[in-house]
Amino acid sequence: MIFIGERINTGFKDIKQAVLHKDPRPLQEWARKQTEAGANYLDVNLGAVSSKAADMCWMIETVQAAVETPICIDTNKPTILAEAVKACKKPPLINSTTAAQDKLDSMMPIAAQYNASIIGVVMDETGTPKSADKRVENAGKILARAMELGIEPERLFLDPIVMPLKYMQDQAKEILEATRQFALFSDPPPHIVCGLSNISDGATYRRLINRTFLVMAICCGMDAAICDVTDTALVNAALAAELVMNRQIYADSFVRK
Amino acid sequence: MEIPDVKEKWSNRINTVTLGATREQGGTRGSTVTVGGETTLPFLTFEGEIPHRPVIAGIVCDVVPDRWPEPVKKAIGPVINSPVEWAQKCVEDFKVDLISLKLVGADPQGANRSPSDCAKTVRDILAAVTVPLIIWGCDDEDKDNEVLPECSQAARGENCLLGSATESNYRTMAAIGKADRHKLIAEAPVDINIGKQVNILLQDAGFSLEDVVMCQVTAALGYGFDYVYTIFERVRIAGLKGDKLMALPQIANVGWEVYKVKEALADEDILPGWGRLENRAPLWEASTAAGYLQAGADIVTLAHPEAIRITREIIAELMAG
Repeated sequence: MIFIGERINTGFKDIKQAVLHKDPRPLQEWARKQTEAGANYLDVNLGAVSSKAADMCWMIETVQAAVETPICIDTNKPTILAEAVKACKKPPLINSTTAAQDKLDSMMPIAAQYNASIIGVVMDETGTPKSADKRVENAGKILARAMELGIEPERLFLDPIVMPLKYMQDQAKEILEATRQFALFSDPPPHIVCGLSNISDGATYRRLINRTFLVMAICCGMDAAICDVTDTALVNAALAAELVMNRQIYADSFVRK
Repeated sequence: MEIPDVKEKWSNRINTVTLGATREQGGTRGSTVTVGGETTLPFLTFEGEIPHRPVIAGIVCDVVPDRWPEPVKKAIGPVINSPVEWAQKCVEDFKVDLISLKLVGADPQGANRSPSDCAKTVRDILAAVTVPLIIWGCDDEDKDNEVLPECSQAARGENCLLGSATESNYRTMAAIGKADRHKLIAEAPVDINIGKQVNILLQDAGFSLEDVVMCQVTAALGYGFDYVYTIFERVRIAGLKGDKLMALPQIANVGWEVYKVKEALADEDILPGWGRLENRAPLWEASTAAGYLQAGADIVTLAHPEAIRITREIIAELMAG
């Protein structure tokens, strides 16, 4: 399971304040905390706080000063991405391209050039698909472009786009079905990832919904998640699910404490 | 028709472990031995990197093992009665890469040698040869808990490989390994799940898996060999696929286990039609070793000089691609 820590995002107040005042401490605290919890990547998201590439680079450098964990560059702006990849010490994960042609042409070549991995979110010019079939069609476009550019399946993370259960209850089944089909794309298949916390947006029992959905998605072939890696119940449920799917070799002490 | 490219690309590299410490590194070894570092399955040199060839550790015992058959003792020669001379012959004549010292004499059911006597044997061998040393206890858990710490101290700073850490003694082994700067063998009883568990326990005890070589109780050919073979192979595949807890070099204690089975012990009078033991014993050993090398062993222990010669040739031939 590839865990991508979600917490260094200006959507959270403490990170927003830290970026505005160039205070490295909150970013570094979360970098350490998430790394200790076993994060494989740390998502770094500048959000709407600034449109300056220099601010994104500051965030990345601040995180890298504290930990060795690779960065997941969270931006949809090619101009920011082009600078941010240069700031990364280790090959980053780019979050993200979509199946829209302008994104495939602007974001994907940067991943190819810098030996980065990239998340392909299966939306296109017409927006977020409602059906599994449309998600699969868009994923096919992303995979084809990745192959043209020499990005192997192990560097591609397909994201079926998780929608809030509370507001769009019919979508979860479509998302799981799309996940099942992504897993059949190639051998080895591309990684399959999601922004997990979306599933419980607005709900009361968020953690329960998060971990139930993640276990079900793992059953369909998902092997990565952008999530709260400090939620040990979530992480351990995912690790147990991977054992059930025979993707990891069992050991008595498989849980994280 | 174009032939499809069937090369696998694995996402992870097996850990590299170096044994032995030279003077500059705080020991007295003349050379070191490095294993691991593979990015592909054994001998698939066309597919990935195999920076270090598998190595042969020559078995030396502190007392002559009771059950070993005459032809094996004869092939080793009179030096078998002196661990120091045996070790020297292993290096000079049999051309092994390192020595695998089995302290069988510590066994309370056998010679019951004291921890300090065992430690003296370790010191004497370290003084007599310059290759790195593997040190195994006598397989009696309580006695090993006395013997291994003293031997570890006697070899302090020499970066030996100490065997073995198990589910029950891993804390002690982690402590002495760290204190005396040695590497550890993590051993499991023909069980891949326990193999992984011992690694987790060692890691939790603060011992870096970068300093560990994995071992499954090694089965001789015909006695569960196929079962242990698949464990070696599954460990290696899991490691190459990215399971950091399994991405460790592996050791197969071939020579020690082979001389427990009747095909390597009994001559024609007991096994009519099986051929003379003096030929069969080393072949049984070499065949078992060849199998484990294919499965992912980075270190094999061997006793019979002819088995050592054959295995060395097999490794050279397979590494040549």
